[in-house]
Amino acid sequence: MFAYIIRRCLATIPVMAIVALFVFSLLYIAPGDPAAVIAGDQATPADVERIRASLGLDRPFLVRFGEWVFRIIQGDLGVSIFTNLPVTRMIAQRIEPTLSLMVVTLILAVTIAVPMGVIAAWKSGSWIDRAVMGFAVLGFSVPVFVVGYLLAYWFALELDWFPVQGYTPFERGFGPWISNLVLPAIALGGVYIALIARITRATMLEVLQQDYIRTARAKGANQATMLFVHALKNAAVPIVTVIGIGVALLIGGAVVTESVFAIPGLGRLTVDAILRRDYPVIQGVILMFSFVYVLVNLLIDLSYTLFDPRIRY
Amino acid sequence: MALLEVENLQTHFRTPDGGVNRAVDGLSFNVEAGQTVAIVGESGCGKSVTSMSILRLIPEPPGQIAGQIRFNGKNLLDLSDREMRAIRGNEISMIFQEPMTSLNPVLSIGKQIGEALRLHQGLSRSQAEAKAVEMLTLVGIPAPDKRVKEYPHQLSGGMRQRVMIAIALACNPKLLIADEPTTALDVTIQAQILDLMRDLKHRVGAAIVLITHDLGVVAEVAERVIVMYAGRKVEEARVEDLFRAPKHPYTQGLLGAVPKLGSSLDGTSERLAEIPGLVPSLKQKLQGCVFASRCPQVTELCRTAAPALEEKAPAHIAACHYAVKEAVPA
Repeated sequence: MFAYIIRRCLATIPVMAIVALFVFSLLYIAPGDPAAVIAGDQATPADVERIRASLGLDRPFLVRFGEWVFRIIQGDLGVSIFTNLPVTRMIAQRIEPTLSLMVVTLILAVTIAVPMGVIAAWKSGSWIDRAVMGFAVLGFSVPVFVVGYLLAYWFALELDWFPVQGYTPFERGFGPWISNLVLPAIALGGVYIALIARITRATMLEVLQQDYIRTARAKGANQATMLFVHALKNAAVPIVTVIGIGVALLIGGAVVTESVFAIPGLGRLTVDAILRRDYPVIQGVILMFSFVYVLVNLLIDLSYTLFDPRIRY
Repeated sequence: MALLEVENLQTHFRTPDGGVNRAVDGLSFNVEAGQTVAIVGESGCGKSVTSMSILRLIPEPPGQIAGQIRFNGKNLLDLSDREMRAIRGNEISMIFQEPMTSLNPVLSIGKQIGEALRLHQGLSRSQAEAKAVEMLTLVGIPAPDKRVKEYPHQLSGGMRQRVMIAIALACNPKLLIADEPTTALDVTIQAQILDLMRDLKHRVGAAIVLITHDLGVVAEVAERVIVMYAGRKVEEARVEDLFRAPKHPYTQGLLGAVPKLGSSLDGTSERLAEIPGLVPSLKQKLQGCVFASRCPQVTELCRTAAPALEEKAPAHIAACHYAVKEAVPA
């Protein structure tokens, strides 16, 4: 088990290296010249050249990549071209809202989607099943920003249950913090809920056909025990896998959701950085998101052993 | 009053094309307390459906159970789901054919044995585990206090069937339904499991309904035998009488299809007698005798009139127009 964790952690190194290379070259080949942006509209070609040299942009690709990686390993993501602040500090300032949004969405989605899928499988073919699956299709097909604006309109403007937008730090209390996150989490969670509910239903349908479910019934187990103890634990591995894969949806969706609800998180930071061609910030944020994704999926892999005793690392 | 009285049991399934499959059609039999009754027949004759019907494990719909299944005098078909759950695994329990797939792969052995105890006897987690160890000892599993924490994949097929028996007997049921308990096991393990069942039967005092197609198993453990064909009972007798003097041509055919050990060595081996043809489709109502299409002695009468179950010898009934009636001593 321990050896496996070490192996998996080591295996993330090449993954992260490829991500790093990709991130670095993506901006290298992207149109637009940061030196020209910084220099402004009035600059002469000589000014632009000087700024380019001061940023090191005139040196060969591999040299710059090597230096960049070397600094990242030391925990230095560089300095923002626009604000002149260290990228690590900018990320640290913005990470709480994004992390809060993702965690709340994750918890909300799992607690809604898993029982939904279980009940749809149990009542398969009934109107409950069709309603759940219809909802899932809706969740897949309506974009985050549409749901976001609709929610904000109804529950914030019309009913006044939640704030329209913004973010309250957790240190100011759980109530204000969560009330600012409910609507964004629902908006962001739509696709995620749909995905988890569908996979839960499909897996449960298969598990409910198994002989050991009949054994449980023959023992006199009630419906809830059968579904949630005997069946769900057997269905857990695919469900948890999809939950892990779906974190990518959350990362992508967070960017849009934060814009809709004016949450000052990493998503907004990313959008702003892209608009300003603030290369170090873009690189830093993407690297961090990739790292989180790889880490989450490592944890998911390790969690399999909790659900299925046949899996041993 | 017998422990279990099945009267005119009809388990039908609606098929997707709108037809009805009469898997069990008008079956009646009794099981006395402590008695072992075997139900034999070919695949598809309704044995398993009968056993599942008794515990009401048939999904309804598409299944539909009619008739009466009286256990200790009360009709199980009238009970609510909750009342039925209180009987399952407690007063009536069941062992299934497939030990490899009948245990939940993600729950420990101890938990699975303890579950019935916790449900029906309200034992605590630790009491249930202690009792599970006791049950594992009873069914002859070595190192039970270690095994109780293991999972099904760590056990062999024979061991798993022992665990299934431990689960079934945990609450001291009055009736044990064993649906082909040895079919999936190899021969030496089969013998062990049969010995175990016989031994435990005496200790626990449960009645057993043994579903099987293996006549060797029947001869080993049963006291009475019911022969089923196409969803109906065609013969019922004490086990010695059935093997000595089978009345129904179907039973005679079944017995003729059993190879004799050693017959190829002493030169007496012949081609095994087989029953030609297949079990008729149960989708249409059959006219006349159910066995008419395969019976070697079929006559016009068989094709038109269904024979009733008659006592052909003391405590020996069969449904055949031509079965020889032995003199019933007055």
